[in-house]
Amino acid sequence: MEGDKLTQKNAPIYEALQEMHRMRLVPFDVPGHKRGRGNPELTALLGEKCMSLDVNSMKCLDNLCHPVSVIRDAETLAAEAFGAAHAFLMVGGTTSAVQSMILSVVGRGDEIILPRNVHRSVMGALVLCGAVPVYVDPDCDDDLGISLGMDRDAVAAAIAAHPAAKAVLVNNPTYYGICSDIRAIAKMAHDAGMLCLADEAHGTHFYFGEGLPVSAMAADADMAAVSMHKSGGSLTQSSILLTGKRVEAGYVRQIINLTQTTSASYLLLSSLDISRRNLALRGKEAFKKVVEMAEYARGEINDIGDWYAYGRELINGNSVCDFDVTKLAVNTLKAGLAGIEVYSLLRDEYDIQIEFGDLGNILAYLSIGDRVRDVERLIGALAEVRRRFGRGSSAKLMKQEYIEPEVVLSPQEAFYSDSVSVPIEQTAGKVCAEFVMCYPPGIPVLAPGERITPRVLEYIRYAKEKGCQMTGPEDPDITRLNVIG
Amino acid sequence: MDLWFSEQHTKNVKLSIRVDKQLYSTESEFQRIDVFDSPEFGRFLVLDGYMMLTEKDEFIYHEMITHVPMAVHPHVRDVLVIGGGDGGACRELIRYNDIERIDLVDIDEEVTRVCREYLPFTACGLSDERVHTYFEDGLKFIRSKVNEYDLIIVDSTDPFGPGEGLFTREFYGNCYKALRADGIMVNQHESPFYPEDALACQRAHKRIVESFPVSRVYQAHIPTYPSGHWLFGFASKKYHPLKDLDDKRWNARGLKCKYYTTTLHKGAFYIPAYVEELLSNVEHTD
Repeated sequence: MEGDKLTQKNAPIYEALQEMHRMRLVPFDVPGHKRGRGNPELTALLGEKCMSLDVNSMKCLDNLCHPVSVIRDAETLAAEAFGAAHAFLMVGGTTSAVQSMILSVVGRGDEIILPRNVHRSVMGALVLCGAVPVYVDPDCDDDLGISLGMDRDAVAAAIAAHPAAKAVLVNNPTYYGICSDIRAIAKMAHDAGMLCLADEAHGTHFYFGEGLPVSAMAADADMAAVSMHKSGGSLTQSSILLTGKRVEAGYVRQIINLTQTTSASYLLLSSLDISRRNLALRGKEAFKKVVEMAEYARGEINDIGDWYAYGRELINGNSVCDFDVTKLAVNTLKAGLAGIEVYSLLRDEYDIQIEFGDLGNILAYLSIGDRVRDVERLIGALAEVRRRFGRGSSAKLMKQEYIEPEVVLSPQEAFYSDSVSVPIEQTAGKVCAEFVMCYPPGIPVLAPGERITPRVLEYIRYAKEKGCQMTGPEDPDITRLNVIG
Repeated sequence: MDLWFSEQHTKNVKLSIRVDKQLYSTESEFQRIDVFDSPEFGRFLVLDGYMMLTEKDEFIYHEMITHVPMAVHPHVRDVLVIGGGDGGACRELIRYNDIERIDLVDIDEEVTRVCREYLPFTACGLSDERVHTYFEDGLKFIRSKVNEYDLIIVDSTDPFGPGEGLFTREFYGNCYKALRADGIMVNQHESPFYPEDALACQRAHKRIVESFPVSRVYQAHIPTYPSGHWLFGFASKKYHPLKDLDDKRWNARGLKCKYYTTTLHKGAFYIPAYVEELLSNVEHTD
């Protein structure tokens, strides 16, 4: 920059890549494909431009492990754009951002307060560091069969009961767009000497749009894992970790470097840089259009009948403190169809790929890349799915209910304990040694250290039958589970 | 001056037409619209670089997309035309006195405005008082219609632009729902010749077969369209395009056409072997 003041119009990593490209360096470093020449088939697939930008750290491009120039500048601009004290560019997905966030604040035996409907990456972090989860029951909407946010009183009670806990983690928002009262929760945490962490995998747009729920940084939370590649438009696997003023950035960098690659992809880094610039310059108008499209689709889908595309009417001031209207979630039960069935019908019959279907809901992900005419296809297809496949009754469908976990051991203790493999139907009452996730929506049904109950087993059986993908256990077919011996 | 309009029919084939002059050019919300005058084909309309119709050969397309279903269905009262903002299909339809209502839905009002000004030979079809124009997404328009039309004509552009939604399963399903119990849907069905067009043709056919009990394809020869060999889809809830053709009734109407006759009607459904194979490959995939 030669002393020029950086503004949001700059994209330092992108600019450095362009400069490097112009210098026509002769590469005697990795990667070995050497600007694509060594791998013509891959170059034909991805394009020469893409391959020529797939380079390694070098003097003019900085180094993600220890940024001193263009990456540092890009992080500074990102921090400014997001209103954070510091921003870390991440290349291991938001999973790495979430895990670095948790590893930065809790260690072995420390308690962390969190809702049970956290992403699997959170539970993975607890296995890695040995912290102990203190679950706050998320409120549940019985009609929709979805977990809501955390009730303020329930968080206060957990803080009072576990005064030594180090942090409170909040989903801002959930996959379905539900927001807890993160402002109040951050204040409660700070008053008790704890930090407030936010999983903002689904909340990048909160920082740039208007009339959207409050972002974690604006709510005075201390760290936030932000999936730039979801609503922010960057490449898959790129993400950002934000920190506030109460967190020591240098320590967080050390934690990140424990597990992060030393060969960070410049495709991912430049995509973060360019996306940040785009959002800072044009995010407000772009997300205004997304909101308009989502609200239009919600109205039209509700007019079809049977489908229920829910919105701000869910707000109850507490466990649904706010709702992200860009999330187009539709409850399918009145049509007599499970969400996962509608998900499959849309793909197999109508060539429409939506984000997920769970037992009673589907979610269509709308973003800055959508067009009204594609939204019309989705609405038209839903009208057709109802006409052709609707069963007009929800009698036989099971709803996703909150199953309160009984934590017997810490996830780490259970994961590393001696365990035995047992046919799943014989596991009731035993302590699980592994994860069972139901995808979608990627939230653990069982975590290591939890007691297996008949209700959990019934849920697993039903979700498998409806076509949900079950992952986590050593046995890929989930006919057996590892339990503590 | 040596001025030519060229359209790529494939990466390796193009059709060029000598142009006298460009009359108009504009960029609408959805596409680029151009009008040219040419010595060979007269005035012609181009959308996003693709030839839509020319003064000299548009009669083939517009006669074939309208008179074929009209000669089969015994009592068409309510017609829906989707696309067709140039007015050519309506021009043929308003020749039938027993049609009471024609709803025309086109996504791009600008196309109609340009045609009214520069292509009166097709746009004249829009001035009949039975024609009601709606400028919105056809997929959206039809969503709320149930049991309302005897005939739906899908006069769309190619499936690679704003017309994409009119080649989908959800659209054909919505058409089925919007038709009365003996309704017919006719659609522009692309060309079977060049591989990329053939694929679009095949996909459209598959989706129509899945949506309608009767689904047949017929052909016409249109000089300015890629390969010159063009298909139309005839999908119906009840009537068969040949068994239910009532040529006496149609001929008694005394409508004189330049391309369509009831004899040609029968021949048009006899398609080349390779096209039959292309289509039958997707007819019984379950």
